[in-house]
Amino acid sequence: MTTIFGIPLQAFLGQLLIGLINGSFYALLSLGLAVIFGLLRVINFAHGAQYMLGAFVALLLLQYLGVNYWLALLIAPLVVGLFGALIERTMLSRLYDLDPLYGLLFTFGLALTIEGTFRYLYGAAGQPYSVPPSLAGGTNLGFMFLPNYRGWVVVVSLVACLGTWLLIEKTKLGSYLRAATENTVLVQAFGINVPLLLTLTYGLGAALAAFAGVLAAPIYQVSPLMGTNLIIVVFAVVVVGGMGSILGAIVTGYMLGIAEGLTKVFYPEASNIVIFVIMAIVLLLRPAGLFGKDA
Amino acid sequence: MADMAETTETGGRTEAHSAMASSIRLGFLLVGLAALAVAPAFLYPVFLMKLLCFALFACAFNLLIGYTGLLSFGHAAFFGGAAYFTAHAVKEWHWTPELGVLFGVFGAAVLGLVIGFFAIRRQGIYFAMITLALSQMFYFFCLQAEFTKGEDGIQGVPRGHLFGLVDLSVSTNMYYFTLAVFVIGLLIIWRFVNSPFGMILKSIRENEQRAVSLGYSVQYYKLGAFVMSAALAGLAGGVKALVFQFATLTDVTWQMSGEVILMTLLGGIGTLIGPVFGAGLVVTLQNYLATSDFPVTIVTGVVFMACVLLFRRGVVGEFYASRLGRRLGFEHRR
Repeated sequence: MTTIFGIPLQAFLGQLLIGLINGSFYALLSLGLAVIFGLLRVINFAHGAQYMLGAFVALLLLQYLGVNYWLALLIAPLVVGLFGALIERTMLSRLYDLDPLYGLLFTFGLALTIEGTFRYLYGAAGQPYSVPPSLAGGTNLGFMFLPNYRGWVVVVSLVACLGTWLLIEKTKLGSYLRAATENTVLVQAFGINVPLLLTLTYGLGAALAAFAGVLAAPIYQVSPLMGTNLIIVVFAVVVVGGMGSILGAIVTGYMLGIAEGLTKVFYPEASNIVIFVIMAIVLLLRPAGLFGKDA
Repeated sequence: MADMAETTETGGRTEAHSAMASSIRLGFLLVGLAALAVAPAFLYPVFLMKLLCFALFACAFNLLIGYTGLLSFGHAAFFGGAAYFTAHAVKEWHWTPELGVLFGVFGAAVLGLVIGFFAIRRQGIYFAMITLALSQMFYFFCLQAEFTKGEDGIQGVPRGHLFGLVDLSVSTNMYYFTLAVFVIGLLIIWRFVNSPFGMILKSIRENEQRAVSLGYSVQYYKLGAFVMSAALAGLAGGVKALVFQFATLTDVTWQMSGEVILMTLLGGIGTLIGPVFGAGLVVTLQNYLATSDFPVTIVTGVVFMACVLLFRRGVVGEFYASRLGRRLGFEHRR
């Protein structure tokens, strides 16, 4: 049997794939956090809860209305995005003039409320969501067996990340966004509706989280707590990458996912904490983060 | 960060007013202490001890946010960590309770030194995220380490004899021990806040650049405050392990870090007595909800949101800032 560093190649590639999948979610979520933070100066603690909401909306759509995965992939982000926009309009927007920490505390409370509600209604146990039939099964790549759905997740999350990047860097709406990040008052003076832009941004961030949630539903179980445990890791990812650049958030997400996967091969006990350890090292060597501009 | 915990002198405050405020404070303090001294006759002692532990925990947390302006999202690591250390020392090494608690304080301080060392490299929101991430790392450590006994936690911790003399398994004795620790803890905080060290911390909170230009090594002061806050959180955690006679993973979770933030926010960030109020409210609420099947998390979350949106100064802070509070001569925050 082929081995690499004394580990069977199969196991090595298997963990690499798991790392890539986790990395996809880290990238999608830290991207959303970076987009929201860039304009709103709010760290969205509820990002994990919105990810969970996405998965739950997909599950409930299937259970009560028989809506399939593909439609859910469209509807769930829309629903959660609207919910996010509503929260932003009615509550979060009142906190912009204050210290950014209030935004963090508010969204923390929001996350607790959403999670508590879902735990109350659906219990803490996870519920399965089956893989769509067209993506069931797997492909033999010769050197390893690739479940089709996991391949799909890696591809589609890459596309979503790049799409968001293009939206922000290459479109007119994106240029408004970036301009508003630089100088809100000036942009407003040019006649651009900045409050609307802020609402849209928060909605977009929430929708991205929900999109990741729907993607995650068939891989992990759908449970009320699936988001918050993940979001803490994503915070570490954000600290490592720095929130200065969108592309930086994406690259760091994938990198750390893969690092975590590889740790599982070589030293399984540390796989839970490896991202935090990397964060500590980065803080020592480059406090602003790998792609960060601010100190 | 400044507006989170600013204490501004009111323009028209007179000496007489301030004297009135401090005599009200003193009177309140004495009444409060007297009430706590006789409380076990009326209320369930374990509930009171839990309240005192959390009140001290919240005060320790407030030391950091209220007087240094640093929001730690990882204080559960110190609270829960100390509970583990104390429980282990008392149960496995058969140390006396006071030494066990001191060991917990020491452990929490060391942990604070390590986490603080990394966290103070960034400010504001990043500081919060780093402390959260590192405390989550400590949680995973506790989950896997041998001495914490994993999901079960350390059970059946003996309360032992204080100084080898006073039997703490007697509920009343344990209560007065807890009360004594609480009072000592508050005195330490009060002394610390009003020391030259505390004054420098306040100056860092108000204007960090200026403190630097005055020649203070801001990082050392921040780290000092962080370790102090961690050690006092450890004091609360260590005593809690003796009160409940167990130490479990619950106390090192991020939910616990959130809870202590809520207590402080609800009571009033940057006020000496606010966190005690906040802790009292939250613990009472939890106790009340424990008997119903309605989940505490939802209530906690809603109170959190309401606090941030409606009364950021907290109960005590809003009182100080109210017309009555100002007339009585309390300093109010912007």
